Order: sequence, then C-alpha cells, then structure tokens
Amino acid sequence: MCLAVPGKVISVSGSDSETGRTAVVDLQGNRVETSLALTPEAGEGDWVLMHAGFAIEVIDEDHAREIWQYLSAVIDPDSSSAATEQDQP
Amino acid sequence: MTRATQTSLLAQQIADAVKGRDRVQVMEVCGTHTVSIFRNGIRSLLPPNVRLISGPGCPVCVTAQRHIDAAIELASRAGLTVATYGDMIRVPGRVDSLETLRARGADIRVVNSARTALQLAQRNVSRQVVFLGVGFETTAPATAATILEAEQLGINNFSVLASHKLVVPAMMALLDDGDVPLDGFLCPGHVSVIIGVRAYEPIAARYGKACVIAGFEAQAILVGLLRLMQLVGQGRASVENAYAGIVREDGNPAARRLMERVFVTCDAPWRALGVIPASGLELAPAYERFDAAKRFDIVIGEDCDPPGCRCGEVIQGKVEPLECGLFGSDCTPVHPVGPCMVSSEGTCAAWFKYHWPSMRQEGRT
Repeated sequence: MCLAVPGKVISVSGSDSETGRTAVVDLQGNRVETSLALTPEAGEGDWVLMHAGFAIEVIDEDHAREIWQYLSAVIDPDSSSAATEQDQP
Repeated sequence: MTRATQTSLLAQQIADAVKGRDRVQVMEVCGTHTVSIFRNGIRSLLPPNVRLISGPGCPVCVTAQRHIDAAIELASRAGLTVATYGDMIRVPGRVDSLETLRARGADIRVVNSARTALQLAQRNVSRQVVFLGVGFETTAPATAATILEAEQLGINNFSVLASHKLVVPAMMALLDDGDVPLDGFLCPGHVSVIIGVRAYEPIAARYGKACVIAGFEAQAILVGLLRLMQLVGQGRASVENAYAGIVREDGNPAARRLMERVFVTCDAPWRALGVIPASGLELAPAYERFDAAKRFDIVIGEDCDPPGCRCGEVIQGKVEPLECGLFGSDCTPVHPVGPCMVSSEGTCAAWFKYHWPSMRQEGRT
C-alpha cells in the first residue's frame, strides 16, 4: 500500500487554494489527475512520486526511471482492479 | 559488471560484514519491502547467521479488528456509501466482510485515492460517503489534504473512519516488548519520504539499533541490507539513507504540516500488538465533524480476532506463517482468515505465493 510511482507533470490546473492545485501526470502513457496539495513546489515538467492520488515528492528524472525499471518488473497485469472507482478528469 | 555479478558481490559483502557473529536479526518494516524480498529470493542470498523478520508494515494487517468491524457496521447502514482501498474489503470481520456485504447490496466502492471518495460524495449528494482512512504516513497526508479540501468546498456528506498508524512508535513498541531480539531495521522507503531520515534517530539513540532506509528494487534492498549489516557488524547505532535522491533528511514538511493540522496523535490499537501510545492519528477537534464514528454514532468495540489465526504473532516476527495451523489449509489467498493472507503485502500472502510452492514441491510441508 505504501508503494509510490513516478510520473511527469504535464499540466497544472485548479485553484490556488491550499488543496485545490491539481496536475495531469503522465504515468508511462497513462494520464491521471493528481493533487499537488502535498508538493506545492511541483510545476510543469517536474517528475513527481505519486501515491494514492497525490504527488508526495518531487524527484529527478534519473531516479524516476530507476523506480520504473523496478515497477515494470513487478507489476502484475492480473492484479489490477477493474472495479476500482476512477478519479474524475 | 553484470547484475548477477553485482548481486553475488553484494551477498558476499553482507556475509563478510557479519562474519563470526552467531545470529543477526533485522526487521524489514515495510510490506512492500517484504514482497520484493520474497519475489527476488533475497532471503536465500543471505548467510545462515542472518535472519530477516517481516514486520508490521502492511497497513491492512495491522488494522485492529475493532476498526474492521466498525467499517462493516457503517457499510450496513442505509444511505451510506463506504469507499476504501482495495485490500480492506476482503478482511473478515466478526460476521461479514465488506465484500460479502457488497454482494448483498451494500454500496461499497474500491478507490485508489481519498479524493476519489470525496468526488463520489460530490456526485451523490443524497448519500453520505465514508472513506476508510488506513495506512501509514505515506497515506495519512493524502487523507488530511482531502479532509481540508472537503472543508474548503463545504462538502457535508463526506467523512472518514480514521485508523492511520505511525511507523516509528510501532518499532519502539516491538523493541520495548523485547520478545524478538532485533539488531536493526530496514526502514520503509516511501513512509520515509514523508517523515524523513531524522524520524528514526530515537531508535538509534534510545535503543541503540541501526536503521537504514532503502528503495524497493532487489539491488537497492541488498545495498540497504549491506549497509545495515556493516553498521551492526561495527556495533554502530546510527541512521543511514540508502534511498538518497528520494528521501530527504527532513522528509516532506508540507505533507507533515497538513497531517499535523488535521490529525492529532492518539494511543491506537494495533492488531495483536495492543494499544501503542501515540501511534495513531485521530481527527483534531477542529475537524471532528468529519469523523465518521462520531457522525454516525459508531461505537468502536473490542477486538475479536479469528480463532486460530496467528497474524498477530506473524507481524511481530514471533512465528513464521508455516507455524500457523490455518496456513495453506483453512487460510489461503482465495479464502483468507487473517489479514496477512488478505493483503498483497501481507507476510502470509507473500509466503503462500513465493515460498510455499517450492516447499510443497520439495515435500517439506
């Protein structure tokens, strides 16, 4: 449950309120809406570590690629839950 | 140098670091580490005098039965939608699980984020949506930020049944208990992103135990273990970060500020570990109106663990899963009895998936 995945911030939107800032983050081709409430410093083009719909840290690209290397070996296509409620765009 | 050569070199260096010592026992605290250790066969690479113990780092596994039962009671109320991370729905309660309730028509949704639960509330204004807030410091800030967002948006049909836990107090409780002698800890990578390297200093200073934060890839774990064995071998109690570039000395202060605003620490019940002082998070008085237990008058009762289940001893490293009479017969991933078999990060599930098939093949069970 504590696994986080890296992604690249494509665009930033939402309000300027403390919790209203969101981003579209590219996760190996999948684009997902992510809250930037925990990483107010994140901006377009940054790599972030994502966990449970939130960017929890800004990281550099090399580390992001290292983590993806590990994840691509681990991800089990059978374990994804088709019944999961998805974030609204 | 190939990866295979690097791996054998690391394994050799680990053996050298603790050569001549009778026994070294270290705990990997994080469930994601546990899975990676099993998946990559890391236990088999270690010398015979090193024992890895899987600790209480699977959020589903440490959630007290009383919180599972409270979630089930909420889900059985009319007009209420319960939103939860996936693994929670299969944990058996006293009578039902969330999954069996859902099969009978209860509105239970699996979500990847607390924010998805909040969006459900926005789209279904005639229903009350309760999010089950489980997890450690990686996840708690997300719950905190979502509660703040609900407040800022004026959403009144969203609440949280919070049973978030803190990692360091549990590590201290295990050391205080002393039943399983530990020489050090392999500390969780992504919890540490939030709490930072310094959070482990009391473990080193007060208890004299070495702590090394590590990443999740096989070699990253081996590097973390090597550093840990070197510290143990040299008798040095210090905290080191083998996940540099990801984990900072002070963690993520913005995330911690949100967490500290919305939650206050409380004495919290852990499965089988009992109540650990200042090891959990409950809503701060200013946010109590988002507390689902208060909003719906849910009494958080006593724990009633499944008969015969030894998950509690498993997460403390007191027994291995094979020592549980239910493992592999009455308790399997398809029909789990205890949470360590339910969760994909649970020690019993990892044993069942990666360890047990080979043991059966060898006729050792």
